[in-house]
Amino acid sequence: MPDAAAVPRLVDHFEAGLDAPICLTWELTYACNLACIHCLSSSGRRDPRELTTDECFGVIDELQAMKVFYVNIGGGEPTVRRDFWEILDYATAHDVGVKFSTNGSRITEQAAARVAANDYVDVQISLDGASAEVNDAIRGAGSFATAIRALERLAEAGAPSFKISVVITRENMEQLDDFEALADLFGAQLRLTRLRPAGRGADVWDRLHPTQSQQRRLYDWLLDRGDKVLTGDSFFHLAAYGQPLPGLNMCGAGRVVCLIDPVGDVYACPFAIHDAFRAGNLRSTGGFASIWRDSELFEDLRRPQTGGACASCLHFDSCRGGCMAAKFFTGLPLTGPDPECVLGNGESLLSLLHDRDVPRPAADHSRRRPVSACDESPLAGFEVIR
Amino acid sequence: MPFELERPWRLDRQVAIRPEPFGALAYHFGTRRLSFLKSRKLLDVVRALDEQPTALAACRSAGVTEQELPVYQRALETLASSGMVVEHPASSGVVTKQAAHA
Repeated sequence: MPDAAAVPRLVDHFEAGLDAPICLTWELTYACNLACIHCLSSSGRRDPRELTTDECFGVIDELQAMKVFYVNIGGGEPTVRRDFWEILDYATAHDVGVKFSTNGSRITEQAAARVAANDYVDVQISLDGASAEVNDAIRGAGSFATAIRALERLAEAGAPSFKISVVITRENMEQLDDFEALADLFGAQLRLTRLRPAGRGADVWDRLHPTQSQQRRLYDWLLDRGDKVLTGDSFFHLAAYGQPLPGLNMCGAGRVVCLIDPVGDVYACPFAIHDAFRAGNLRSTGGFASIWRDSELFEDLRRPQTGGACASCLHFDSCRGGCMAAKFFTGLPLTGPDPECVLGNGESLLSLLHDRDVPRPAADHSRRRPVSACDESPLAGFEVIR
Repeated sequence: MPFELERPWRLDRQVAIRPEPFGALAYHFGTRRLSFLKSRKLLDVVRALDEQPTALAACRSAGVTEQELPVYQRALETLASSGMVVEHPASSGVVTKQAAHA
């Protein structure tokens, strides 16, 4: 967790944007061997336009020059890329640490050893239930067992730090203590994040997002754990309950956070894959740095925000109006309350707006047929002889 | 124990610094900790640690005034407690001994 080493309000500086992102998410592929019902990026099938290995190296060179200390790699399932380990090694050899998210299906003993041997690589295994029943309902049959096997292998390989990453839902909220016990069992760190109505998450958000009373319990539970449980600044809208949770407690979109998607599109944040939040494409603008520094969208996000209807609320200073993407994909105005506003303002607004015009994500790579090996690689099944 | 300004310190080798308009970000690749240096002057102090014999000399060379010194001492203490700044190994016990002989 970031800490402050001296003197005034940093959030003001951050809201005006930094020279380079602090937290950069890079989704390497839209291909995934799972089909989680809440997938933020609507992943499934590989996109034929995905960045080549050399283009990925080019991105890393830029990140190194910009002094982006680490990158959060995800997908899709990033490890299905044939060049995944090559990209990872290239990054860490160029002073860019890697934290990657995986469903664990390709964390073989060999892969676990590789993670353990590289000081600059962290891995987090996604798990959305502390039991197979709850997890597999979201992530698919067998996915709990797969994740547990990956955790066992990482522990056996002696990986110094790995995480269990959980998206909090109405169903798994009752398992907080079980998740904690599971993390302790493997010597892993627990990370809880917010269910966003982005990607396929928009289809299940209504029935799966935590209830108001669950949110309150989550807040108390997290406050109790302090730095011990990570949240990626996910729940800053809950700061309106009282004191803020550890973290920056602000919406970092386009200011300290952004997303590079598999085809080189740069979005304001990982939860906002939509044209309204697309700042540009790496290929057409000659690189990432120019998008980060000069794109119209990011410049706009870095201007002082008004707060709109929320500005007069007593709690505005704590929750800052909540998550931009959560509002956008539930059809709420960006200058109004978060759909999960702790005062219930978002909920009442949602119930009033019956015919909400809910935006759809820009890219949908969901599979509409059974998984074929070709979804992950165009050369699946062929042996390439060199 | 308060941060010892009279001793030699340096940035840990695993720490990378990125200047920003408000000061700088410091990232420790070993502990994965991110710290914010909230002034340009603090950045200058941290950068001067390596070439100056003591932290105090680094503060002076960065233009820290007598009045400001306690604030910078506390900032350095925070950085030391999270392992961002470490005592200069080559010049801690060994140098003192050599100095005694000389």
